[in-house]
Amino acid sequence: MKIGLFIPCYIDAFFPEVGIATLELLERFGLDVRYPLRQTCCGQPMANSGCEDDAAGTEALFARNFAGFEWIVTPSGSCAHHVRAHLTAIEQTEKVRAVRANVRELVEFLHDVLHVTAFPWANFPHKVGLHIGCSSLRGLGLATTSESAGPPFSKPRNLLSKVKGIQIVAPKRPDECCGFGGTFSVFEEPVSAKMGYDKVADHANAGAEYIVSPDMSCLMHQKGCAERLGMDLKFIHIAQVLNGARA
Amino acid sequence: MKTSRVDHAEASSRFIAAKDHVTFHDRRLWDLRTKRDRAGAEVEEWEDLRTLASAIKEHTLTHLADYLEEFERNAQRNGAHVHWARDATEHNQIVHEILRAHGARTLVKSKSMLTDECELGPFLGRRGIEIVETDLGERIQQLDEEPPSHIVVPAVHKLRRDVAQVFARTIGTDPTNTDVPYLAEQQRRDTRPYYLKAEAGMTGANFAIAETGTVVVCTNEGNADLSVHVPGVHIVSVGIEKIIPRIEHLGVFVRLLSRSALGSPITQMTSHFRAPREGAEMHIVLVDNGRSERLGMSDFWYSLKCIRCGACLNTCPVYRRSGGLSYGATYSGPIGVIVDPTFNLRKYSALPFASTLNGSCSSVCPVKINIHEQIYRWRQIINERNQLPIVKKEAMRMAGKVLASPALYRSAVKAARAGLEYLPRTVIYNPLNAWGRQREVPRAVKTTFREWYLKNRGKKS
Repeated sequence: MKIGLFIPCYIDAFFPEVGIATLELLERFGLDVRYPLRQTCCGQPMANSGCEDDAAGTEALFARNFAGFEWIVTPSGSCAHHVRAHLTAIEQTEKVRAVRANVRELVEFLHDVLHVTAFPWANFPHKVGLHIGCSSLRGLGLATTSESAGPPFSKPRNLLSKVKGIQIVAPKRPDECCGFGGTFSVFEEPVSAKMGYDKVADHANAGAEYIVSPDMSCLMHQKGCAERLGMDLKFIHIAQVLNGARA
Repeated sequence: MKTSRVDHAEASSRFIAAKDHVTFHDRRLWDLRTKRDRAGAEVEEWEDLRTLASAIKEHTLTHLADYLEEFERNAQRNGAHVHWARDATEHNQIVHEILRAHGARTLVKSKSMLTDECELGPFLGRRGIEIVETDLGERIQQLDEEPPSHIVVPAVHKLRRDVAQVFARTIGTDPTNTDVPYLAEQQRRDTRPYYLKAEAGMTGANFAIAETGTVVVCTNEGNADLSVHVPGVHIVSVGIEKIIPRIEHLGVFVRLLSRSALGSPITQMTSHFRAPREGAEMHIVLVDNGRSERLGMSDFWYSLKCIRCGACLNTCPVYRRSGGLSYGATYSGPIGVIVDPTFNLRKYSALPFASTLNGSCSSVCPVKINIHEQIYRWRQIINERNQLPIVKKEAMRMAGKVLASPALYRSAVKAARAGLEYLPRTVIYNPLNAWGRQREVPRAVKTTFREWYLKNRGKKS
């Protein structure tokens, strides 16, 4: 299986350990994973700001970089969601449509494509709060939400439950948005920060030592909030936990 | 005419600065959200109801002219007068003309967002007619000279002590007594005489049924019924999107409305108004005010399905932390964000950005309006019509250039890394760095992922 690895710009620049864990984890399953060297971003920051016109060049580059892969895997739900739902600033050729359809967020890929049943190398004896970013949650459908009727399920929780020693705690508002929201975090800074403060407090009150998430951008925001508040809360991407990270 | 842009971010920072208020507001509305979740879960066919309600509205909106005319015929047959108002001004003139013909000086009114949308109060005020709001929350807001901040609970941003202050100042209550029954009773005593004095009463309508020509008003206080049954003239203001075809459809919406709004199975009163009492008059004003234009917008006509339950406001994490008044519009929260720009694109061009696109609004909507997708579309349109702030547009133009070029991107990453590594804290956390006002920025890293990959898997790509 030929896999294209998409490491979003902010992970490349600020959280390389998340990219490394994603790559190593995929390699553990014997996959042929390639990282196209000319990749940058998926176009989401511009498109979510209303500027699809400014996203076109980035989207075209993305489509060129990832054409021909059977699957394109990324450790970022919102980027995967952008490509699948909103990468529309460029002409929708057959090639572009194939690239869009083949993108999978890491949890989806492990859960729905590889059907992983065990992570024997993983051991994380900690209390963790699980944060699923809103694009992953409602956009990609990684889990049911507290506002929806019907039997609950959660793909990230299913995967984490296969990790030795892990204990998942329950915040009061399990799927309230943390307030990152891309450029929202800057242009609506007062509400964004308030939401972030409330989010980290909710997890801390539930007894979490770590917040684990398939969405590093949410964690970047929450980490920034917790550090400013002087809280003793740690943040880790789900790829790292599943790849056997030790505290 | 150049109108100034509503600055939601600035207004929200003032709201958040009042700590007691924002905490109460967030908790109170989250409580309504969770009550809604429980109420919905108790109805086995909840999702089917939502689907059905959405389909009924879709059908009605695609046959709107026919159903409006059917409604008019049946309402007239029942003995009501039916008026058509193209816009807010026509609505206000029609209402004024009815009142003038009856020599009315006072109008008692139950809750209606439409009359706020039309700015009826100031219009009549200038013509010497007093409007008295009879809904408790609306009355609080009227006495405080503020618009409602929520479409269902208009004064939800106020604490008990705020209400005590408003009442002390305006109707002479004890400013130190913040007991809720006391305050509610004082409002009741103050309002009751107006029912007897007023020459006309006014209501909105939650639903207008084409088949029967009746209007249905859902309330919890009984004030709508008093407003209708005491004075000799009943005026109903109803937006043309409130039509439903048949009485059998009403049950679908009634089951959804109060559960979605407050988590209660039904409102205390569901009043059907069919015909005037003997010797009295009933006037129904059907108001367009931009609705038929919206019906023609392929991306946005779905918003006309709205039954004004407020569930999207209650679930919205941004609304709960910024308050309805921060939207500077009649309709606030997610539904406001997608409706307000149809009234004035420039004035409300910041509102679609007062959202994280988290999508919970769409998930709770009882008529399945794709609210967050419409928010995304509005952002594109605001950019296309050159209504983005220049700073933001320039930032996106730059970002688009850099991210479209692997070489420029790598230089930008290097520059950012050098900045984070070498610049002193005071420079990084400068006043222009909105990220850093209340948050730490990420640390500089030794190698990027790409550099690591080249070093460790270099032969592969």
